[in-house]
Amino acid sequence: MTKTFFWVRTLSAALLLVYSSGLVHGDALEKMRQRGALRWGADAEGGAPYVFHEPSTPDKLTGFEAELADALAARLGVHAEMVQENWDMLVPALKQQSFDIILNGLERTPQNAARVELSRPYLVYSQQLVVLASRTNVQGLKDLAGGSIGVLSGSVSLRVLQAHPEITTRIYQGNAETFRDLKVGRLAAVLVDSPVAIHFAKPDPELRLAGEGFAPGYYAIGVPLGETGLRQAIDKALEELLADGTLEKIHRHYELWGPEQEALRTFKEEEVTKAAPLTGWKEIGRYLPLLLRASLTTIGLTVAGMSVAVAVGLAVVMARLHGPRPLRWLAIAYTEIMRGTPLLIQLYFIYYGLAQQLGLRLSEYVAAILALGLNYAASEAENYRAGFGAIPRGQWEAAAALGMGRWLTIRRIILPQAFRLVLPPMSNDLIAMFKDSSIVSVIAIVELTKEYQIRANDTGDYLGLGLMTAALYFGMSYAASLAMQRLERKLNHDRG
Amino acid sequence: MIAVSQLTKSFGSTSVLKGVDLTQASGTVTALIGPSGCGKSTFLRCINRLETPDGGTIHLEGEKVTSEQGESARLDEKRRQHARSRTGMVFQSFNLFPHLTVLENILEAPLRVQHRVRAEVESEAIQLLRKVGLENRRDFYPSALSGGQQQRVAIARALATKPALLLMDEPTSALDPEMREEVLRVIRALSDEGMTMMIVTHEMELARMAADEVIFFDGGRIAESGPPDAFFSAPRLDRTRDFLRSLGSR
Repeated sequence: MTKTFFWVRTLSAALLLVYSSGLVHGDALEKMRQRGALRWGADAEGGAPYVFHEPSTPDKLTGFEAELADALAARLGVHAEMVQENWDMLVPALKQQSFDIILNGLERTPQNAARVELSRPYLVYSQQLVVLASRTNVQGLKDLAGGSIGVLSGSVSLRVLQAHPEITTRIYQGNAETFRDLKVGRLAAVLVDSPVAIHFAKPDPELRLAGEGFAPGYYAIGVPLGETGLRQAIDKALEELLADGTLEKIHRHYELWGPEQEALRTFKEEEVTKAAPLTGWKEIGRYLPLLLRASLTTIGLTVAGMSVAVAVGLAVVMARLHGPRPLRWLAIAYTEIMRGTPLLIQLYFIYYGLAQQLGLRLSEYVAAILALGLNYAASEAENYRAGFGAIPRGQWEAAAALGMGRWLTIRRIILPQAFRLVLPPMSNDLIAMFKDSSIVSVIAIVELTKEYQIRANDTGDYLGLGLMTAALYFGMSYAASLAMQRLERKLNHDRG
Repeated sequence: MIAVSQLTKSFGSTSVLKGVDLTQASGTVTALIGPSGCGKSTFLRCINRLETPDGGTIHLEGEKVTSEQGESARLDEKRRQHARSRTGMVFQSFNLFPHLTVLENILEAPLRVQHRVRAEVESEAIQLLRKVGLENRRDFYPSALSGGQQQRVAIARALATKPALLLMDEPTSALDPEMREEVLRVIRALSDEGMTMMIVTHEMELARMAADEVIFFDGGRIAESGPPDAFFSAPRLDRTRDFLRSLGSR
């Protein structure tokens, strides 16, 4: 126990060191000028209309933020250079100085104000509900009680819905995925920032904007805390772009300019109060129950996924070793394809592909368990094949001489002996699946890693919550490992 | 009664059995001897169909257990099952099931293959263990037993299905001399009880004390046979004599 504690302490000390090396010194403006490039962080994956790659010119960035970045850089006498990062990881990446500014729908919220320096706003947005065109009766959140609404991870939309427990919130990595699930009927509505709604839903005859926009807010540029010089330079440039009509022209191009944007001109600093950042373990400890609940999801996914993997793996190896020839080929093909393609693609295929092409609308949990199970089944099948191969031929012959048929021999003689041979590699797979299961957050399941991301995003505390999350993963894996070792000992009772 | 006629078997291009004829009466013991590669083990494994012969016929108690070309696979499977149900086999390397106890090893086939009543089978199994002198080892796992003890359990296991014929493939070859004795005693006792047995062996002592007939295999054929006394004291053929001499000098 003391040994474990020692490692946790060493690890936290090391992490703190890494963490503090990212602290800034107020010279970002100078550095940027020397470099001659304004590096702006954004997520161009499914990022329309903010920043995205036009399908006709896939190597060129477009979107109102891409145009704004160019105009801004020109004002500052440098050129703009986009750095790709997952949207919900932009703030931590800024702290790591992966880029100079965040220019990607960053809302002026108390939470964000506590984590970065915010510029003056460059767009007024609001929350917009989007539903299927056929659902004409939906006008607002009040019409959606009992339904599920899809939102983007780390967004204001998510925070808005947290005040509505009567609605099931499903959290996605990208806007494209939310609209996809809305269209196949997994969601009753999508709640997004108005630019997204205008770009995706307005021109789509299948979709409809439901009701007026609400909960208006500002988008601002994020600058690392302490880089006031850079922030002031950006404020000045934004003011000039607003005054000379450049900003309006950019927004009009994307149908984003309306009377509400006049608020940009009358904007006064100090409208945002800063949220107090989390301090101390006691406050972080408040998040433990949430993380524990998410761990249950992770455990459930892993146990169910591994059960599928064992059952399918066994069937595959039986087909391969004892099936008729076509079945044997099928089993080999299955193994090679499943382990030769990424789990993420298999997951997308099962969740989105089947729903869109075949109308097979699996729930996110069924899809996740199937994807994990079918993927790991290939590796299980290979484990079992090795295990069966290690049983001496004399065992088969002794059983045959006693009149035992092939399946009886497999069930009574070969499987029990092979099982204990494959327990160690199976333990490996089980522990690997605990960690791999975090991938299912891409189909809007909140398991442990996702819960951590959401909470770290809310609080800005990536270190304390991170250590807590890591400890939970370690606890689960270690418990699984101990259980498997116990099982192994129990099965080896006969080996004097 | 066992009747074998014109049995042939090849592995690839190597002809191992080149037309073997043999009859053995019930209640008698036959010892098969000969140099390695002479086909005696393959012959034994054909009797219970662990190997499928290429040609010729085998009858066990009047029932045919081999098939001819053109006969259905299903019929052949039925005959194979019959061969297995009427024979028991003891292997050189024992081949006990390591994950099952001594008693479970013996009960496996009567319960799972013959679907007999547990209570009845269990009392028979304990009697068999008593016969091979291991009734106090019934709950041991094979790994806790010596080689000689394992082979005696293997004999009990083979007898549990009440076979008409017991096949033994070099039952003492893998054993140290002192353990050999305890296994030989069991085989001798079975022979005295009138168990029909076919034993492949290099052990002249075993052939002499247990067998009614000794058969010398050479080059895939039966070269010479006779009752043990006559066979060992006055072999007819030169190569039989050479073979016996080579055994004696070991």
